[in-house]
Amino acid sequence: MERIKCGCGHVNPHGTLLCEACGRSLTGTGAPELLDMRYEGSARRSQTYNKTFIDKVWNFFSSVKVGIWLIVITLIASGIGTIFPQKMYIPQFVPASEFYEQKYGWPGKLYYILGFHELYSQWWYMILIALIGVSLVVCSLDRAVPLFRALKAQRVDRHESFMKGQRIFGITKGENFDEAVKAVKRNLKKKRYRIREENHAILAEKGRFSRWGPYVNHIGLIIFLFGAMLRFFPGMYVDEVIDIKEGERKEIPGTDGEYYLENKQFILEVYDEKENEAFSEALKKTGDVAKNYQTDVVLYKRKGERVPGAEAGLIKEKEYSIQVNNPLKFDQYAIYQMDFKTVLSAMNFVLVEKETNEPLGEINISLDNPKMRYNLGNGYTVEILKYYPDFDLDDEGLPVTLSRDPNNPAFVFEMYTPDKPEGEISLVAIQQTVEPVGENKYKMQFAGIETKTVSILALRKDLTLWIFALGGLIFLIGLSLGSYWNHRRIWIQQRGPDIWLAAHTNKNWYGLKRELQTVLAGTGINEPEDRNEKKGK
Amino acid sequence: MAELSSNLLMIAFILYLSAIPFFGGAIRQKNISKTEKPLKIWATVAIFLTMTGFAAHLGYFITRWLAAGHAPVSNLFEFITFFGLCTVGAFILIHFLYRTPVLGLAVLPVVLIIIAYAGMFSRDISPLIPPLQTYWLQIHVITVALGQAILAISFAAALIFLVKKVDQTRRNKSNVWLEVVLFLMLSVVGFIVVSVLFNAFHYSAVFQWTNQFGAEESVEYGMPPLIGPNEGQLVKGQFEPFLEAPAIIDAKKLNTVIWSLSTGIILYILTRFIFRKRIGAALKPLTGNINEDLADEISYRSVLIGFPVFTLGALVFGMIWAQIAWSRFWGWDPKEVWALITWLFYAAFLHLRLSKGWHGERSAWLAVIGFAIIMFNLVAVNLVIKGLHSYAGA
Amino acid sequence: MKKNRLFMRTSILTVLAASVILTVYANLTKGERPQLKVGDVAPDFILTDLNGNKHRLSDYEGQGVLVNFWATYCKYCEKEMSLLEKQYQDQKDQGVQILAVNIGETDLVINRFLEKHELTFPVLNDRKQEVVDAFGVNPLPVTFLINKHGFIAGIHTGEITDEKMAAEMIEKIKP
Repeated sequence: MERIKCGCGHVNPHGTLLCEACGRSLTGTGAPELLDMRYEGSARRSQTYNKTFIDKVWNFFSSVKVGIWLIVITLIASGIGTIFPQKMYIPQFVPASEFYEQKYGWPGKLYYILGFHELYSQWWYMILIALIGVSLVVCSLDRAVPLFRALKAQRVDRHESFMKGQRIFGITKGENFDEAVKAVKRNLKKKRYRIREENHAILAEKGRFSRWGPYVNHIGLIIFLFGAMLRFFPGMYVDEVIDIKEGERKEIPGTDGEYYLENKQFILEVYDEKENEAFSEALKKTGDVAKNYQTDVVLYKRKGERVPGAEAGLIKEKEYSIQVNNPLKFDQYAIYQMDFKTVLSAMNFVLVEKETNEPLGEINISLDNPKMRYNLGNGYTVEILKYYPDFDLDDEGLPVTLSRDPNNPAFVFEMYTPDKPEGEISLVAIQQTVEPVGENKYKMQFAGIETKTVSILALRKDLTLWIFALGGLIFLIGLSLGSYWNHRRIWIQQRGPDIWLAAHTNKNWYGLKRELQTVLAGTGINEPEDRNEKKGK
Repeated sequence: MAELSSNLLMIAFILYLSAIPFFGGAIRQKNISKTEKPLKIWATVAIFLTMTGFAAHLGYFITRWLAAGHAPVSNLFEFITFFGLCTVGAFILIHFLYRTPVLGLAVLPVVLIIIAYAGMFSRDISPLIPPLQTYWLQIHVITVALGQAILAISFAAALIFLVKKVDQTRRNKSNVWLEVVLFLMLSVVGFIVVSVLFNAFHYSAVFQWTNQFGAEESVEYGMPPLIGPNEGQLVKGQFEPFLEAPAIIDAKKLNTVIWSLSTGIILYILTRFIFRKRIGAALKPLTGNINEDLADEISYRSVLIGFPVFTLGALVFGMIWAQIAWSRFWGWDPKEVWALITWLFYAAFLHLRLSKGWHGERSAWLAVIGFAIIMFNLVAVNLVIKGLHSYAGA
Repeated sequence: MKKNRLFMRTSILTVLAASVILTVYANLTKGERPQLKVGDVAPDFILTDLNGNKHRLSDYEGQGVLVNFWATYCKYCEKEMSLLEKQYQDQKDQGVQILAVNIGETDLVINRFLEKHELTFPVLNDRKQEVVDAFGVNPLPVTFLINKHGFIAGIHTGEITDEKMAAEMIEKIKP
């Protein structure tokens, strides 16, 4: 292995720019320009070994440029994904293949064809994120290790060229600075610098840990991405929708029949103007504003073996009021209030003699469980011959039902009356009555509906949450370390009668300069120059 | 209480406005040093006015909170005024770190535009819909606004840097882009001007039109229709539109954008006419004695300070709340995606600066783009794209 | 040293690549519910027919069982009912049971349907759709052939078009 031995005796890894120990430039040019202090001029492994295929792949991902490109591509793709709504946010009754073209024209069609309507679960989008993850790992490893080495190996006594190469550098000419140096040391200690001394040279350093901030936050991100990865594996993440009608009790999907839920009632409250007069203007303009969505539920646990279809033995676990922002939690599951809808539950009809409009009795038909025959007394009976919960006409114009849900109920009644004992037939749908076999004497007159509310709840189980939380926490800690603390170093050397002073910080030069001002005040050592500023003028 | 609150906001606006000439005075002369007395007085008065304005602004926030019973960050008007409040707060903080009056000259006009822009939306105190009824509303939104405000300071510092640095001797790419940025800021002013104008005259035009699904709809314009809706029939109002938009485009919004941009163009031409040079060139003397390294550093440091705050507020707190309210911490809602885009952009910014050595002008342009993304998320995503975060009803 | 480095890099890159591939694969196959297939044990169930008699699938061990999922509003279901009825009459004593599971319509609707078609085999109503879920039924009609040991011997999605096809199905599960 090719290694570089510096004039000071320190052996550096191949590819090192500045000697790890004394800071001498090893590239040979030794120009008096400012030194590039990124990564302390240490060897980034990747740039130096480039032999095998593996090395080439490694080097590719080790480049920050590649990492930035990946970020930029992800950023642009994500932005395109918001031009039109994602598939999960479009109305469900229109198929996606038609929706985008209808609503947005040919750009919408293109959007759909290219798969942007489900962008965030596209394989290539996922690979993009994954590549960022790979880049994070490789970049961090490739830089953190040498940086750690270099900061550990740094010597107090730096080479002349290193001192001269710093952005903040100054020479104070004079005679005896012993007192001044002592005073500076005192001041530095007050500013909480750690001070090391070696033959007339001083290195004052603080906040080195802030250099690890970026690597710590990258570890956090990697943990976060790991959590995102785990979520795709079966059992880690369950996501189900529960539609549950008031009064209904059903198995909770996604729990393997382990739990049952009963919806006792759904509550919808709206704001009242009287509650707070500050709201009155807004309420006047927008009308009702919802105040509370709540489903009062009872949670049951199944007892004994599970056989689909059978009445399960249940043990009551708890009663709870699920609200938005207040999910029901049990076991590893949580149930959230998502939405609600109103459905028809019953219809009322009155048997009427058409001519006199005389009501002869009212019936109430449960749409979930209608009876065959309703006896109205006095010799009046109504029989339901046909029930179409989701009424429509087929191609031949015959009545059919489209599903079993009572979206548009229709009935074929047979009305038995004392004067028409053989019965009269009529088809009654919402807002229409058909009398298929001749004019009737009686009719079933619509007399109202009853509705029930269906709560739409979501069941979630997410075993990966704590990983995300951990990753997020580590990321924030790392980010704070790197952002709110600075790594500052001040080198002071007594060279003959003169004092050389150089300083470096990874950021906030203004702060460093102000600190130097206070540290040097009254010691007789001149404030060093900021050579960037000089250049700028 | 609600009235007191509105008055306090008005007072804050006036105080900010009156602080600007003092900031201008503080940097007026050349070759000054910080110790020179008369100029120091200008700067002191300026910062005093700003802080008094800030106090009044804070008073608005507190009294409105008391009146509503919840933190006034629940609709667009409230959020934007709060964003303005945070920006002034961040400016005061940075001012005491760096003491650069010229920053005030850049920040305060931006804040004034922000507050005036907020005033274009419904100012009613609205009750909270169920998802918003949690302390996470306060925590999430306040942290986000704070983070974005600090990043806004980075924009202001970058703008100063660019005005100072960009060569104005002849036309080049940099000074043209700088004009574009300034023009866009003028267009926001344009939007405010036309909105206030047509509002004052109670302008209204109503159209019956056909949407892309063939259904009839009605739409009310607040500005004279340059662009009418698809197959639109003017039901109320005087002017017939010059052009008709296809059904897939929201004609009303397009019309507003065109009015704003046209007014922006007029304002721009007027300004050019008065100064007889590029606006950037006209502003350049104001930055005469600012140290450009310092502007660069303020811009970068604001990003460093603001980025973690933004991450915490927008992403971390946002995720926690989404997990509680919507059962998932991430749902690819447009606002979420744009917060992610903002985050990715600033991450790229920091990497370019730290690893690729992008300092100075390039870094300043990035700070400008970053702020543009934040504004896009605040304005366009709320008004145009619409998702779960769109402050329904506002 | 050099070998060491190559080894380190290779292993890190392999781990990373493997996780990426695995995740993408898991994502592509996600959301597909495990479907019942031929050879699986048929999920047991208990349902009540319209005459009030309970039927438990496991009680029919030793006989072949044809389980047909249907709805009154499904045209193909309606067409194949007469074929099933004929097979039922022929095979009743040869150890093959036919169970027609309605996917949870109202009793009234099913009864009116039965009156029209005069079916004699047991018609069960899966009111809570638990059996429909357990069998992963979608779309209709679908017919499961269950042999005497309780294993699925065949699954037919769609209409049973003719007598020959129906007879072959029964043949498959004759004990």
